[in-house]
Amino acid sequence: MNFDFSDEQRQLRDQARRFLTEHSTSKRIRQVLDGVAPYDRAMWQEIAAMGWLGAAVPEEYGGAGLGHVGLCVLAEELGRALAPVPFASSVYLATEALLLAGSEAQKAELLPKLAAGELIGTLAWAEGAGNPNPAQIKARIIGGKLTGVKWPVPDGGIADIALVVARDETDRVVLALVRLGGAGVHPEALTTIDPTREQAKLSFDGVPVEVLPGDGWDTLERVLDRAAVLIAFEQVGLAQACLDMAVAFAMERHAFGRPIGSFQAIKHKLADVYVATELARSNAYYGAWALSAGAGELPLAAAAARVSATEAAWFAAKENIQTHGGIGFTWEMDCHLYYRRAKLLGLTLGSAPWWKDRVVAALETRNAA
Amino acid sequence: MDFEDTVEEAAFRTEVRAFLAGNAERKKRGAPPSRSRNVGPEELASAKKYQGAKAAAGLSGLTWPKQWGGREAPPIFQVIYNQEEEAYSIPRGVFEIGLGMCIPTMMAYATQDQLKRYVPKALHGNEVWCQLFSEPSGGSDVAAVRTRAERDGDTWTINGQKIWTSGAQFSDFGIIVTRSDPTVPKHMGLTFFFLDMKSPGIEIRPIKQASGASHFNEVFFTDVKVPDAQRLGGVGQGWRVSLTTLMNERLAIGDVPRPDVEDLLDLCRIIDLDGAPAIQNVAVREKIADMHVRSQGMKYTRFRTMTALSRGQTPGPESSIGKLVNAAKLQDIASFGLDMLGSAGIVMDKELAPMNAMFQEALLGAPASRIAGGTDEILRNIIAERVLGLPGDIRVDKEIPFNRLPTGKR
Repeated sequence: MNFDFSDEQRQLRDQARRFLTEHSTSKRIRQVLDGVAPYDRAMWQEIAAMGWLGAAVPEEYGGAGLGHVGLCVLAEELGRALAPVPFASSVYLATEALLLAGSEAQKAELLPKLAAGELIGTLAWAEGAGNPNPAQIKARIIGGKLTGVKWPVPDGGIADIALVVARDETDRVVLALVRLGGAGVHPEALTTIDPTREQAKLSFDGVPVEVLPGDGWDTLERVLDRAAVLIAFEQVGLAQACLDMAVAFAMERHAFGRPIGSFQAIKHKLADVYVATELARSNAYYGAWALSAGAGELPLAAAAARVSATEAAWFAAKENIQTHGGIGFTWEMDCHLYYRRAKLLGLTLGSAPWWKDRVVAALETRNAA
Repeated sequence: MDFEDTVEEAAFRTEVRAFLAGNAERKKRGAPPSRSRNVGPEELASAKKYQGAKAAAGLSGLTWPKQWGGREAPPIFQVIYNQEEEAYSIPRGVFEIGLGMCIPTMMAYATQDQLKRYVPKALHGNEVWCQLFSEPSGGSDVAAVRTRAERDGDTWTINGQKIWTSGAQFSDFGIIVTRSDPTVPKHMGLTFFFLDMKSPGIEIRPIKQASGASHFNEVFFTDVKVPDAQRLGGVGQGWRVSLTTLMNERLAIGDVPRPDVEDLLDLCRIIDLDGAPAIQNVAVREKIADMHVRSQGMKYTRFRTMTALSRGQTPGPESSIGKLVNAAKLQDIASFGLDMLGSAGIVMDKELAPMNAMFQEALLGAPASRIAGGTDEILRNIIAERVLGLPGDIRVDKEIPFNRLPTGKR
């Protein structure tokens, strides 16, 4: 039984934590929050220079070839540090989609640039309210040109390329590569609950695209499964950060002549946060195994990891504010940064009810087999 | 990451499988045997026979010193044994406490001659042990012991009452913590002994639980004589000895209470809800997903614990969440299983209630799971204090002599 990270992966985690503690500070996150910049460009460049963007990209495409478990390790630290960079969009979504379904030419051209941080990528599936559903897709490709509106698109305003879910002339759902800089693409920044992560509405008006081989919806679901595991690690990192923050405050803060952490109302609340976080961590570990082993269990493991981590992150973030009391909901305290991000992460790949249904669908498939 | 055994672990697993195939019956698919069944003479005889075979095969006391019949194996071997045993119908509830808690306490405090007399007979299933800690006035507050031990020369006289004693009715020996000095603060006036459960003055009465089962007893002591040679630890040092016992609680790995999420899935397939199989109902699906996530979260938390054990490390604090999660999950699954049957959920006639009434039985048994062996509340305190490092509660009983502590009516 070896259900834990290797020494090499632990070293990577320590390195990532040191870097992010130094750089992903409250001050720098708040510059993005305040709209000074849509993301922290300097941090992004340093992350690229350390090779994190290509952690799971094979060396032949300019990656580090560390595998997906290495990427999971990084994801946990990025989530813990609330890093204000387009990592999830560019790495878990765009890079993974190209790795899974890109043509050889697309992979050879784009993966090295994504891994180097020269290009930022994203994936655009949503068209307004609703969880992933092929019936929702109205964007249309006619004669190789895309027309339609996608929102919210994570990092849509800063990405250079997007994988867009659309329908072709035969009504088939496909995944299409779109270069966002050119004519006919109209990005519009969205105001969201978490301004530390850029989101946009992208309108396409006859934009040339390259359609990826294969069934677009199938690819999308496979990308979402992979991203679900990686974001689960971000959520676990975030939950742990909230728990650490709440525990530290509960030891420090005195009321009624004693530390508030000595009251069972607080202790039991934080014990429950700990339990939820550990369950989420264990489910995420299993997802990491399924992802890196290319196991058939991935859909079930990914959905369980996502449901568990979404619950833990949200629970930890809201109870962190509650533990802090009044100061917890002030702008100056960082509690709300975690609270915003927790909800954003819980929605960005589709919300919990959709993923719960995927858990049961996967269980039905497994038991039928 | 992988789920493979090491070479030594794989060899041991093969050994265990061979033993089990020759000495026990595989569980039948479907509902487990009824939980409400009590241990009668037949079950006791079969448990003793099985324990004897297990010890003869060198598969009991795996982590114990070789001197006492163990094999000095790392704890992961015990986990592997438990995993393999899961697939078999094994008589339970007789030796766990004696071999898991009582004998390890004896090993820490008894004399070599005493160990020679008692350990082999316990290991080979000839003698059964029980643990006498809880009292009517002290459940979670374990040190609030009122059972008195008074010394006269080399003999102690014990008077009082213990409660929640598993297996007292068929035990040969017991370990007991008593109050030898009520005039000093609570933790300081305790003294620990082992005693013969057939001693004159001991009366044992089964407790009928809300579920109808009787897993526990009340044990009354009236002028029970215990020689000073059977004292474990110093006079007034009983709390320290008790902690040794509690630290030896069996590695609770691999014990998943049923019904679990797989049973819930089975139930959802055979039950109709609004004219369609229940599993097609959105609310049902959401609940199944919630339960699956908790169940799998526990499974892979156990795998993390096993990884630490396999590497010869002490398991991390995550190993402390098991009972808290499992007991609450059991109650939730049982309750939801009944909800799906509508008004028929109340029926527990075995011919009418699906799956041998396992959901109804679990509903009635679940409250005990959330209390016995550490209540949910005590477990949350332990996580908060030992794992998260939060301060202990303010104690009002630390400095005051035990006999001056206020007491309630219950």
